[in-house]
Amino acid sequence: MNWFEHFFSDLGTTLRDVLPIAVIIIVFQLFVLRRRVANLPRLLGGFGFVIIGMALFLQGLEQALFPLGELMAKQLTDPAFLFGEKPPATAHWSDYYWIYVFGFAIGFATTLAEPALIAVARKANQVSGGAIGVLGLRYAVAIGVAVGISLGCFRIVTGTSLQWYIIVGYVVVLLQTLKAPKMIIALAYDSGGVTTSTVTVPLVTALGLGLASTVPGRSPIMDGFGLIAFASLFPIMSVLGYAQLAEWWVNKKSVKAQEDENAL
Amino acid sequence: MPSRLEHFTLLRTLAPVIRLLFGSFRDLLPIILVISFFQLAVLKQPIPDLYSLLGGILLVAIGLTLFVQGLEMGLFPIGESMAHGFARKGSLFWLLAFGFALGFGTTIAEPALIAVAKEAAEVAALGGMITDTPEQRSSYAIGLRLTVGLSVGVAIALGVLRIIKGWPIQYLILIGYFGVILMTFFAPAEIIGIAYDSGGVTTSTITVPLVTALGVGLASSIHGRNPVTDGFGLIAFASLTPMIFVMGYGMYRA
Repeated sequence: MNWFEHFFSDLGTTLRDVLPIAVIIIVFQLFVLRRRVANLPRLLGGFGFVIIGMALFLQGLEQALFPLGELMAKQLTDPAFLFGEKPPATAHWSDYYWIYVFGFAIGFATTLAEPALIAVARKANQVSGGAIGVLGLRYAVAIGVAVGISLGCFRIVTGTSLQWYIIVGYVVVLLQTLKAPKMIIALAYDSGGVTTSTVTVPLVTALGLGLASTVPGRSPIMDGFGLIAFASLFPIMSVLGYAQLAEWWVNKKSVKAQEDENAL
Repeated sequence: MPSRLEHFTLLRTLAPVIRLLFGSFRDLLPIILVISFFQLAVLKQPIPDLYSLLGGILLVAIGLTLFVQGLEMGLFPIGESMAHGFARKGSLFWLLAFGFALGFGTTIAEPALIAVAKEAAEVAALGGMITDTPEQRSSYAIGLRLTVGLSVGVAIALGVLRIIKGWPIQYLILIGYFGVILMTFFAPAEIIGIAYDSGGVTTSTITVPLVTALGVGLASSIHGRNPVTDGFGLIAFASLTPMIFVMGYGMYRA
């Protein structure tokens, strides 16, 4: 029963993930807060759902998406696919165009399925009274991750230094912060950290290592890193940008409404 | 003839579940499209083991549905209820201790971090920062995990303090960015890529909703704080401090 074994091993992984959280919560609840938790059965049921849900989720990913995604990352970075029968001694960065497209597409698609992002988007929607849309935020983050992965692949191919990209990125984020609506700032900073977890990290790591081991002059150990860093930086910009765009749109509309009123 | 009414009630209880399941499929559709397009149109190869793939996608969709359901029933309420509890208790010390414990405890056991720490030890051995023996490697990896755990613990505690004091987040982030850039100039070149990546892998899928609910719960139970502008930001700190701490660790071990 291979399937069952897999499921139980994933269940074990999830339980190990939840265990420290459960211990900390119970200790603080019993010894520090010393208050009865409201609706305990429902709470425990919720934890049960989370654990079984994560185990099934992981099981499905490992059965279907990870092997195929990793295989594709390997095949797409294979010189035989990129250059045909005789790979040239030196390759131009533009020869790798399929990698950039794949990085963009897979970054976008995996981010939309990322459970942690779904959680944060739902919470943001709830506390903002609906002003922040669940899907809008998730699409904004997904575009940021897509651009980040794509650019990160370009960086690995060209072998340019990681830190300059990051420093320029930080400057852009800080400049955007000055102009962006206050409501979005903390959430935008958060979106950098939530994007890269269960679905995105394994696929993106496979892509980075595959790329760094096939491009001439790169080594997976020295150049294979940095995709996750890009995938956590660019969503900050895209979410800030999305809010700026939304604000500009609303302002434009209200100015127009004002003008229409004045005209009457 | 009770059947029509029964069907109706059954449908009504099942409707939210079906809607959630449908939503999960919609969330997965882009991955299915991307993978099929690249496999069929770009690589021009058949999809291997189609049934296993479809079964896997079904599992992912069911898992995601259960997760979202459990989120609203378990993770969000406990995070918020504890935030309210701490606010009522009014002890800053215990609140910060809880924040630190949550950050440290969840990070240290994080599988993604264990994988990254192992890779980092390999890089360090290759770069000659440590002698290439299994003992040295594992001590390097464990040291790194402790460092990252510590950094996330500090981050959550600091983030909680920010919510209580109402400090604007951008100034703290600005300081953090400065720290990252400054450390980049002093840290050994081999560690920089790993340090930058470590920021993204620290917060797991189960930690994120809990920490988010804690922040939002705190901000909404403290007078004068806004849950949107003040409640978020804990994750941001948790992905920034590991970069600084890991580069510091690289310098220390070099």
